[in-house]
Amino acid sequence: MSEAQSDPGRRKFLVGATVVVGAAGVAAAATPFVLSMLPSARAKAAGAPVEVDISKVESGMMITQEWRGQPVWVINRTPEMLAQLAKNADLLRDPNSEDSSQPDYCKNINRATAKHPNLLVVVGICTHLGCSPVDKMKAGDSGGMGSDWPGGFFCPCHGSKYDMSGRVFKSMPAPLNLRIPPYTFMTDSRLLIGDDKKGA
Amino acid sequence: MKTAERLLGWIDARFPLTTVWREHLSEYYAPKNFNFWYYFGSLAMLVLVIQIVTGIFLTMNYKPDARFAFASVEYIMRDVDYGWLIRYMHSTGASMFFVVVYLHMMRGLLYGSYQKPRELIWILGMAIYLCLMAEAFFGYLLPWGQMSYWGAQVIVSLIDAISPPVALWVRGDYVIADATLNRFFAFHVIALPLVLALLVFLHIVALHQVGSNNPDGIEIKEKKDPQTGIPLDGIPFHPYYTVKDIMGVVGFLIVYFGIIFFSPEMGGYFLEENNFIPADPLKTPPHIAPVWYFTPFYAILRAIPQKQVGVIAMGVAVVIFFLLPWLDRGIVKSIRYRGTLYKTALGLFVAAFLVLGYMGTQDPNLWYVNPISRVCAVVYFGFFILMPLYSRLDKTKPVPERVTG
Amino acid sequence: MMTSDSWKNSARRWVGSLLLALVLPAALANPEAVRLDRAPIDPSDMASLQRGAQHFMNYCLTCHSAQFARFDLLQRLGLTEGQVKKNLILTDAKIADYMTVALKPKDAKNWFGVPPPDLSVEARVRGANWLYTYLRSFYRDEHRDSGWNNLVFRGVAMPNVLWELQGEQVLQPAEGAKPGELHGGKLVLAKPGKLAPKEYDQFVADLVNYMVFMAEPARQTRFHIGYGVMIFLAIAFVITRALKKEYWKDVH
Repeated sequence: MSEAQSDPGRRKFLVGATVVVGAAGVAAAATPFVLSMLPSARAKAAGAPVEVDISKVESGMMITQEWRGQPVWVINRTPEMLAQLAKNADLLRDPNSEDSSQPDYCKNINRATAKHPNLLVVVGICTHLGCSPVDKMKAGDSGGMGSDWPGGFFCPCHGSKYDMSGRVFKSMPAPLNLRIPPYTFMTDSRLLIGDDKKGA
Repeated sequence: MKTAERLLGWIDARFPLTTVWREHLSEYYAPKNFNFWYYFGSLAMLVLVIQIVTGIFLTMNYKPDARFAFASVEYIMRDVDYGWLIRYMHSTGASMFFVVVYLHMMRGLLYGSYQKPRELIWILGMAIYLCLMAEAFFGYLLPWGQMSYWGAQVIVSLIDAISPPVALWVRGDYVIADATLNRFFAFHVIALPLVLALLVFLHIVALHQVGSNNPDGIEIKEKKDPQTGIPLDGIPFHPYYTVKDIMGVVGFLIVYFGIIFFSPEMGGYFLEENNFIPADPLKTPPHIAPVWYFTPFYAILRAIPQKQVGVIAMGVAVVIFFLLPWLDRGIVKSIRYRGTLYKTALGLFVAAFLVLGYMGTQDPNLWYVNPISRVCAVVYFGFFILMPLYSRLDKTKPVPERVTG
Repeated sequence: MMTSDSWKNSARRWVGSLLLALVLPAALANPEAVRLDRAPIDPSDMASLQRGAQHFMNYCLTCHSAQFARFDLLQRLGLTEGQVKKNLILTDAKIADYMTVALKPKDAKNWFGVPPPDLSVEARVRGANWLYTYLRSFYRDEHRDSGWNNLVFRGVAMPNVLWELQGEQVLQPAEGAKPGELHGGKLVLAKPGKLAPKEYDQFVADLVNYMVFMAEPARQTRFHIGYGVMIFLAIAFVITRALKKEYWKDVH
């Protein structure tokens, strides 16, 4: 059919080369599209650490601060609340927070820093399916939690209960204790949530 | 291998996969003498796909709200990872779509591809072109910059010249406003793309029914191998034209990405400076002109001093292309065998179209803009109106039996 | 309904014709338009960009906003968060805040006649050369309320906020020019400022460099990726062209 002889080996090689280059090209072209769906620079900036003034959070009080769109509770626990924590151990699923998520400096019974053991900083999102629990900090029956309630939090969605360190009680739908975010104290009255390296 | 064959058999029993592959690719016989002009059909398909994909990703972050639209585009350009790339691909893609489509249409004019039996392919193609113009117009409002706003204002005012209630209905407000932006968004991202996809499908179905024309304007189906029934001048589309089109695609991408990475504004023709100013309903930019692909028609509009007549002339200038198959009375298809008359007419027409395009970008206060536009408009319409005459009188050359080259 | 419609129309026409009256002489006098100087900017010069950012925060962001940019953008200029906070955020804004301005548009309108435009993408509207020339073309004009005029932007509402640095220029008409004719006029430094003319040019160049960066932060990335893509496509073209030629040996 033609004067120029076709070369099957060369043809095979060129088809292979085209397929390889084409696949690389498609993969390279797809990358920016996939990456464009990650949190944008704005979302990351909005998710930056937030500073909270805790000078007005008196003993027994709780404030809620938004961080990355999630509620973060800052609770100034009373000595009674702290005393109760040790007594809860047998009732809890993960009393020593072995499986739960927290910075190392909060892996203790108070789930707080050594310097500020009374301050609980915790992400107020139930580890079951993401609802936000309500506070039932007062021990006893006044919150409708039964007379033996040691004080803590209750998730209205599926009934998970947590103690005053955000530790989940046994036989609850939630598998883990409430998450503790990284945080640090800028001063004794200023808390930085979301970062524990900077300014410390 | 066995499993693959069995899977194919399973599919073929339920869906004509192998048949489609054969009829439209491996045993679809295309003339072997396609030249450079024949790349632009497949490239138009490529650009359509690029526009749809980039468009989908843009809608993930764009907000069709007059308060947020401009800011959301800047958000895409600054904050979304690679958002700038996706946006430039889309904005450059819009202009490249028209580059490719104009060249594709030029091919039709050169080789008489609209002539019998391909009238319907031409009409469907023109419908695609109209649809594309609407798509581009709606899309151009979305960045909500000054040019977006006032461009839309001017174009909708054209409707106003014909029928004010219709213009009001199109805008959904007394000026271009939030309601307009929102509905243009709906047209741009779903209504017209659906119509476009359908028309492109029909365009190709019609093409594969009659087969491609070629630079000689000869019907290859008239000379078949008596044994196999395959056109003697035909070659299977796959692999020959697939490998050729792949090469064409890479060549196109070099130009396309060259623009995207090194000159996405294209000197103000693809992205206009004034469109980086947020829309301001109280302040018209000093000089407004549509994007380059509309300027030939815009120049015709401006060249005519009476408003309604101008609008009608502009509409006719676009629609008259539909009539081409019936205006052309030539006995040959390809420019290669046409005589001096047709060649001159086509040359003048192309020159007039390009000059009109340039004039449409220029300030109408310059003394030469409107007079030259008028001359060119006369040439433009003359090409169509006189076509039955000169195409018949033209001294054509004999057409060979078989394709050349 | 009709009344509000026609009111809007007439308002638009009025504003339009006013604007046209302002712009038309300049447009018609096209040959007289000021030749723009080429802005000597280098977008890869981080020191220049950092200086420019500092100038922008000091002199521009007091009246003009850059509301599509956040302060964290400045970290892309090789600055740490601490440096940005300490040196470049002059208000109580946070690093993740947009560069807005406390000046209310209404007050601005009273003071300047027009609200100062947002500068986020100004460099894409005007171009670097225009900005560079404009910021160096202010001169004293007693006929203007602000006391200033500009050769590049006649009758601009903005006063020369950089006059302390640049000094005061006056317009020296060309020889034999009719009164009021600007063509061929030359700007002369009547009163020197804190900076020598060379230093002032550098100051403006740094500022413009920063504004170009701010208008399109991805610009440098775009070029870097672009070279890679071009090389890749060139290789792909060589291969696909060879493939096409190999197959088409059957045809020819």
